[in-house]
Amino acid sequence: MEVVKIENVTRTYQIGKLETRALQGVDLSIASGEFTSLVGPSGSGKTTLLQMIGCLDQPTSGRVHVNGKDVTKLNRNQRADMRRENIGFIFQFFALIPTLSAYENVEMPLLLNGMGANERKERVMELLKAVDLLDRANNRPDQLSGGQQQRVAIARALAPKPALILADEPTANLDTTNGKQVMDIMEKLNKETGVTFVFATHDPRVISYARRVVTLQDGLIVKDS
Amino acid sequence: MIQILKMAFRDLGRNRRRSFFSALAVGAGLALLILMASVIEGEMGSAIESAIQLQSGHIQIRAKTYDENRSSLKWVDLVENPEQMASLISGLAEVKAATPRLYASGFLSSGTQSAGARITGIDPLSPASDPYREGLISGNYLNPDDRDAVLIGKPMADKLSLKVGDNVSLSLNTSDGNVQDQTFTVKGIYTTNTYGFDSTTVFLPLSKAQAITQTENHASTIFILLKDTAQTDAVVRALSISSGLVIKTWKDLNALFVDYEAMAQSYISIFYLIILAISASVIINTLIMSVYERTREIGILSAIGMRGNRIMMLFLAESSMLAVGGVIMGLLIGVLSTLYFNVNGFYIGNMGLSGMLITDTIYAKLTMDNLVNLTILTFVVTLLSGLYPAVMASRMQPIAALRAEK
Repeated sequence: MEVVKIENVTRTYQIGKLETRALQGVDLSIASGEFTSLVGPSGSGKTTLLQMIGCLDQPTSGRVHVNGKDVTKLNRNQRADMRRENIGFIFQFFALIPTLSAYENVEMPLLLNGMGANERKERVMELLKAVDLLDRANNRPDQLSGGQQQRVAIARALAPKPALILADEPTANLDTTNGKQVMDIMEKLNKETGVTFVFATHDPRVISYARRVVTLQDGLIVKDS
Repeated sequence: MIQILKMAFRDLGRNRRRSFFSALAVGAGLALLILMASVIEGEMGSAIESAIQLQSGHIQIRAKTYDENRSSLKWVDLVENPEQMASLISGLAEVKAATPRLYASGFLSSGTQSAGARITGIDPLSPASDPYREGLISGNYLNPDDRDAVLIGKPMADKLSLKVGDNVSLSLNTSDGNVQDQTFTVKGIYTTNTYGFDSTTVFLPLSKAQAITQTENHASTIFILLKDTAQTDAVVRALSISSGLVIKTWKDLNALFVDYEAMAQSYISIFYLIILAISASVIINTLIMSVYERTREIGILSAIGMRGNRIMMLFLAESSMLAVGGVIMGLLIGVLSTLYFNVNGFYIGNMGLSGMLITDTIYAKLTMDNLVNLTILTFVVTLLSGLYPAVMASRMQPIAALRAEK
């Protein structure tokens, strides 16, 4: 089953009088359970493509389907709902809410989804255990290392049981050991839960984890293997 | 919702000093409003009370032709047989005192000094004269049958360098338009703490005032004090008077004051608005700073699916908390400072407006109406101030917000 289907997507940015074409007609299909890497040099369009799939941005033309739904037709609130229910995000800069503990950060998407208290607690504990951070549940982000913060972000992304997790340079701010730990966890969760992972990177160590590598250059897919 | 409140609380805690001073700005604004309203309430209440007790009474009955500004003493402009009428009116249950009074203009001189005076003939024994008796600071009070005694106010005594027992020459108009001179002895010096009144008013017993002005058995007015100001209209309806007379209430007699009060209220409203606008701008500034500082966080919340309206609620929750904190501080500071000035008062000295009787000390008076209204007003204005930053946060594009510098 296709989780993501992209049809002839273009994205043009207008900066003053200058027009930049970040995507120039991309077609891509990602099936459920894939562990796919988007690779390419800086400016190749990896992040833009992730943002299209993640309903964070809208294409200039073309169609983006996530979980069978054409997200280009959704309004702002519907896109927020789509993200909340179907998509998890892992960012390069960890992106945790600094005022909330690890537990509360993981809990946030479940609260937004209106999950009951008991179920929520069970789910958060299960996820913190999966990323080996049960003993850090009450720590706030500034009390955690970069690797630990990224593991909390992974737990948060998985919390609402999304169909798809998008990770933008997930190891870029981590040292080798922590980077490997994060990738091991992502791979393990992909295998155990079957959730689809799509990550943008240019780190060869990360690419080595991918079972499918989609290479972009100048806003076009030049290789898919 | 609880999570949003928790987040809002912690967000405010991130920059405790800024949050504290923002709430303090709201608090200081509210405290100032409470204090201002209480001082105005105290001033208005005291001014109207002074005017009623000392000068106008609640009701006066006068001849239709009487012109207060000229203190006319012609018999046709006066009330005939005033004692009889006053006695009848005193019988009404709502009336505290009804007494004839005679007003004449004149001047006092002592040595080379002289001063204009409003000569007032009173019944010294009437309860309506109590404020003058109670205000005696030296010498003795008047008796009804004193023939050469006057009671003068402290400012006039100071101006003419008079003390108790000194002689003073009094010149005043009579009913036939002549001027009569007579030497009196200062029997007592009084103060009502109302400069405008004390500096001009000289008291004589009514019978002596009638004798010297040749207005026997006549008075300028029947001066009526009620037990309760609210009864004024009811008593006016109950009075029946002859066709040559007219009834004036304290509102008619203090028209200048009533107008001033209305005008003052509109000026005060402008001050209220200025104070609230200052508080509001502090809150808007604090929250806008907060929105800019947390742009990336707003992007994260948006990315994990928080809708714009919930992001807006987060910022509104912050402004509500600042409002609650500010209102608590404001109530504390406002009520305590009002209590202080309620006991100790503001000494304003001789700052009374011309034509109005204002005591030299204003005592702040806090009413529940003012307290509740100003608290609600401050709270609502603070909440509304949070609206713009909240809308700004809720409209941020997630992708642009995520790109923001940390």
